[in-house]
Amino acid sequence: MSWMTLSLTLIFVFIPLLLSKTLNLGLERDTIVATLRSTVQLIAVGFVLKFVFDSEHAIFIILMVLLMIVAAVQNARHKGKAIKGITWKLFVTFVAIEVLTQTVLLGLHIVPPTAQYIISLSGMVIGNSMVLAILFLNRFTAEVEAHRDESELILSLGGTPKQSINRQLMKSIQASMIPTIESQKTIGLVQLPGMMSGQIIAGADPVQAVQFQLLVVFLLLATAAMTSVLLGFLSYRSLFTERMQLLKIDLN
Amino acid sequence: MNKRISNPSTPSCALELDCVSYSANHTDIIKKVSGQFPRGKITALIGPSGAGKTTLLKLCNGLISPVEGEIYIDGKRIEEQSPMSVRRHVGIVLQSSPMVQGTVKDNLALPLQLRGKTLSDEQAIATMDRVGLPSSLLTRDARELSGGQKQKVSIARTLLNQSKILLLDEITASLDPSSLREIEDLIVKLNETEKISIVWITHNLEQANRIGEYFWVMVDGELREVGTKEDIITSEDEDVKRFVRGGLS
Ligand SMILES: Nc1ncnc2c1ncn2[C@@H]1O[C@H](COP(=O)(O)OP(=O)(O)OP(=O)(O)O)[C@@H](O)[C@H]1O
Ligand SMILES: [Mg+2]
Repeated sequence: MSWMTLSLTLIFVFIPLLLSKTLNLGLERDTIVATLRSTVQLIAVGFVLKFVFDSEHAIFIILMVLLMIVAAVQNARHKGKAIKGITWKLFVTFVAIEVLTQTVLLGLHIVPPTAQYIISLSGMVIGNSMVLAILFLNRFTAEVEAHRDESELILSLGGTPKQSINRQLMKSIQASMIPTIESQKTIGLVQLPGMMSGQIIAGADPVQAVQFQLLVVFLLLATAAMTSVLLGFLSYRSLFTERMQLLKIDLN
Repeated sequence: MNKRISNPSTPSCALELDCVSYSANHTDIIKKVSGQFPRGKITALIGPSGAGKTTLLKLCNGLISPVEGEIYIDGKRIEEQSPMSVRRHVGIVLQSSPMVQGTVKDNLALPLQLRGKTLSDEQAIATMDRVGLPSSLLTRDARELSGGQKQKVSIARTLLNQSKILLLDEITASLDPSSLREIEDLIVKLNETEKISIVWITHNLEQANRIGEYFWVMVDGELREVGTKEDIITSEDEDVKRFVRGGLS
């Protein structure tokens, strides 16, 4: 595809703009910002990736992955403002998941240790982990605030902080994982996953594309479970004071 | 009256507050309260709505901490003890009778469950009987109980912790007159036979009259009067006079 043909696809951007204008949806500004941002970000990433792939240097790969993690932390931390030290807790969670998944993938020689594989898979893992973290933090802080009286009751009877919010913690872990599990159930039937479509369009053998997509499915399921559990256990304690009192949570 | 009556290291009192203040959202809710709750007695804690009574009990159970001042439990500073042991030693029955998700039995079993123990069926039935509830309720969803039934479950639940000091926050507010007297008898008996010290918040001055051996009157976050019934009736404080007028005899 040439840059010229690509620019023709901007027609697709005019459709929502037109609709927004006629129906008074007020989404013109956001649509334009989204278009501009995705264009600039993706083109920039394209050039950076080209450079990293060409150089095949470990340090660039690590820097690239770190950059993804930092961006993911930036994005998710607003949802966890109420939790003290949420920035480093997210950072630790993402790093742990990245290290664990790459250790399995590279250690068992499931994928070759090239920049191409490491960076693409890391992108998926970290991106998915970030979405999970946001879902989890949203749900968890809302659950804790909604069931304050129960937590207070358990504390008043001499329960530990963990006991007092255990139900809310488990419910939020569960709820944040459901979308991942559900979407994996219908994968291939309702929708072809974006990455697989991309590979097939680029001319790859469909069966090979499927194999790779399966790897990604399993990877994302593992990521989903690990993100919420890790983040949950890292963060629940900071909702309490040293005297085991539940702090007020400022939602939004 | 806002003076310390005795040295806290000689615990003739179950609880002692020394110049305790508490505030939230930049509002002072408890203002420099000093006073004692005598050991082995029932203290009636009375005062108009919003006076800070519930907040005071939560301070004594360690659910919140004073911004200033000290609380002593049996002569020992609250801050020197683990929050969990404080809360078991100083039990509280909360004003809103909150129920955790589950059956009535789950709720009764909570204090034991929190320590990794279980409540046997016989114990559960005996406990229900103690507060005048039929054992048929044990399998019901706790959140579907009536206000009065919740209050009874809530009382029974806290009693299972066998605390030496009990804080009761309006525990008979939604009870019918005959249940109310039953609960009163139960608490008075506990106080007599097991020497449990009790702080009892009540809006019902007749009830305060019946159960109170010692009185605290709070108004607007301050402790305005303490002492025996006579001390309260003869108080010089205008707000106290207005509040107890005709109610205590
Ligand atoms: N966490 C809080 N944040 C802000 N204000 C609070 C908080 N807790 C209590 N208050 C305020 O403190 C005051 C005292 O509340 P408290 O519940 O202790 O009164 P009370 O004497 O128990 O009243 P009632 O007899 O109606 O139960 C009230 O004005 C209440 O609005
Ligand atoms: Mg109250």
